[in-house]
Amino acid sequence: MRRAYFKFSWIAAALLAPQLLIIFVFFYWPSMQALYWAFTLEQPWGGGNTWVGFDNFTKVLSDPYYWGSVRVSVIYALATTVLAMTMALTLAIFVDRQLAGYRVWRVGIIWPYAVAAPAVGLAFQFVFNPGAGIFSYINTIAPGWWDLSKYPWQAVTAIVIAGAWKQVAYSFIFFLAALQSIPRSLTEAAAMDGARPLRRMVDLQLPLLTPTFFFLLVINITDSFTDSFGIVDTLTGGGPFRATDLMVYKIYTDGFRGFDYSGAAAQSIILMLLVMALTFVQFRYVERRVHYT
Amino acid sequence: MKLKLATTAMALCAAAGAASAEKVKFEYWYGLTGDLGAVVAETCNRFNAAQDMYEAVCVGQDGYEKAVQNTIAAFRAGKHPTLVQSFDAGTADLMLSGEFYPVKKLMEDAGYDIDWANYFPGIANYYSATNGDFFSMPFNSSTPVYYYNKDHFDKAGIAEAPLTWEGMEVAFKALNASGQTCGLAYAPSTWIDLEQFSMAHNVPVASNNNGYDGLDSELLFNTTLHVTHMENLQRWMNEGHAMLRTPAAGKSARDSFVEGECSVFFSSIADHATVHKLTPAFAWDVQMIPTYEGSDRHNTVVGGASLWVLSGKADEEYKAAAAYLAFLATPESEEFFVSNTGYIPVTKTGYDALLAKGFYANQPYVNRDIALTSLTFTEPGPLTRGIRLGSFIQIRAEWLAEVEAAIAGQKTMQQALDTAVQRGNDQLKRFAQTYAGKSFP
Repeated sequence: MRRAYFKFSWIAAALLAPQLLIIFVFFYWPSMQALYWAFTLEQPWGGGNTWVGFDNFTKVLSDPYYWGSVRVSVIYALATTVLAMTMALTLAIFVDRQLAGYRVWRVGIIWPYAVAAPAVGLAFQFVFNPGAGIFSYINTIAPGWWDLSKYPWQAVTAIVIAGAWKQVAYSFIFFLAALQSIPRSLTEAAAMDGARPLRRMVDLQLPLLTPTFFFLLVINITDSFTDSFGIVDTLTGGGPFRATDLMVYKIYTDGFRGFDYSGAAAQSIILMLLVMALTFVQFRYVERRVHYT
Repeated sequence: MKLKLATTAMALCAAAGAASAEKVKFEYWYGLTGDLGAVVAETCNRFNAAQDMYEAVCVGQDGYEKAVQNTIAAFRAGKHPTLVQSFDAGTADLMLSGEFYPVKKLMEDAGYDIDWANYFPGIANYYSATNGDFFSMPFNSSTPVYYYNKDHFDKAGIAEAPLTWEGMEVAFKALNASGQTCGLAYAPSTWIDLEQFSMAHNVPVASNNNGYDGLDSELLFNTTLHVTHMENLQRWMNEGHAMLRTPAAGKSARDSFVEGECSVFFSSIADHATVHKLTPAFAWDVQMIPTYEGSDRHNTVVGGASLWVLSGKADEEYKAAAAYLAFLATPESEEFFVSNTGYIPVTKTGYDALLAKGFYANQPYVNRDIALTSLTFTEPGPLTRGIRLGSFIQIRAEWLAEVEAAIAGQKTMQQALDTAVQRGNDQLKRFAQTYAGKSFP
């Protein structure tokens, strides 16, 4: 592997400083604070705290509902990632092949990324509403079959679809860029050798996409662990009976609504470790199969 | 050009500063939203217009919970408002932290003579210390009632809106028999089904007289009449007398009632104004929440929110806040607030003044004071003063999630309430540990 070495330069340091400062103020500092709170019982209105060691962690980890929350978070992360990336790749391939009206689709598909998560949740609430949404047509055929407030699997499906819909745009941009950076000569050579579009896709385009694929996998999984709050809050509120109580949402409800700052801090630390562990696993085991050109 | 703009802006700021230097400003954060929020903002405008010494800067915070959350965050940063509207469940931490200026003391210090005995006891007890001194100023006050469709009741031959749950069940059956498919639009609510239910039946929600006597309290609601009641509600749903109507299920109980789908729903009296505005196409009325036969009816307690004065502010700001609170306590302000919202008056003189005017004889206010009958039904006793428990927002959430699970058939109601109690007790222990050595003032 090639490595590059740079001399220390004051200009580089000065250019990096604002970004480093932002990372320090909005990441390292709060993380340290959370780490400290996780080992204490913090009074919301100030007025001191008591050191409790690992109590917050044992309490959280011995709570069966917390493990339910971890379980549904993992399901949500995997399902949204797979769904979003499959859809994004399919759409990108279509746009790359310049099918009729692809310019319009390209802009249209990028749009959802600019929509805020709560707005996505709200929009999907109209879609999934068992009484008035598009899905209510199911209920006119089979009364009572579709009810987010009653059936956990339906609520999970709903947030997965909404979450994936929001993620598609981001993956789409990257897939499209990657597809378009594949040299035309390669594609043309394959075509002249008699490879049809499907064969070219499987043998040529997909292998060349693996770096992009890997990058998007890491980003999507991290994102779906940490950025699901807006969708859950507007669409299901964590219900029915905790079925969609994702880890991030539980941190919010315990910490901000319930004033249990310390319990929420402990959960944040666990979530951070989990995301770090997952990213590590991906770099360790998935990246091996990636070929950088 | 830019420089010019900047100088103009600075000049403007200076001018604004000079103009407001004469008035003492204080910030007031409130949680009410929509129409109700607009009414609160209007009280501020009225106050600012009524005198020229003080200026209330009123900021809506988009909901009760957010108002408290934002206030805590601001407090920790030293940028909190002088006055905050806080709902009942959000105040246990504030009480124990001691970071507030008790309103009784504030009003005395600022030289206002408030007749505290004038407040209805069901309201006064909720917002005062064990020695009876007010912590916070009663503001928007309500209590639960039930709303019923008079036309449906007439058709089913129900002459009077029942005051007992046994009578309610008879009514549900009669409604079904008359062709009405949905009797009760049910939305689980700790506030109505647990807290106010327990008050009206004089049964405990938690030990230590509902938490008033110490932090080492334990929840008891899985052992009281509450269990029977929840089992009955579930049975009524199974037998087709009641239907689950929540926003998550597609339609709120109130919408279901207003559309004429269900004949009865339970809610705060504050909805009285809203239901009127929605102009249902039928005659309707309200009644006190029912009690079970064999238990004596007791008072319900106040719901809504009260106004807290926070610590760490300058004396002038406290004077300004006191002036605003005194302004709110006048009968005129009370009438303004009561006639523009569904809330009830908090003082006896305020209520009497309204009665003398014949306020409750005219629509849309007819029978709205049934809430006061409920609130003042008996003198508050040790179990009907209110609830003083830490982590109460989480306890409410545990109850709701478990009850929903029971309604969906995942467990029995008894199991659900047992789990809610056990998890709630864990929360209470944590709360007591957080505030070790302290007790409610």
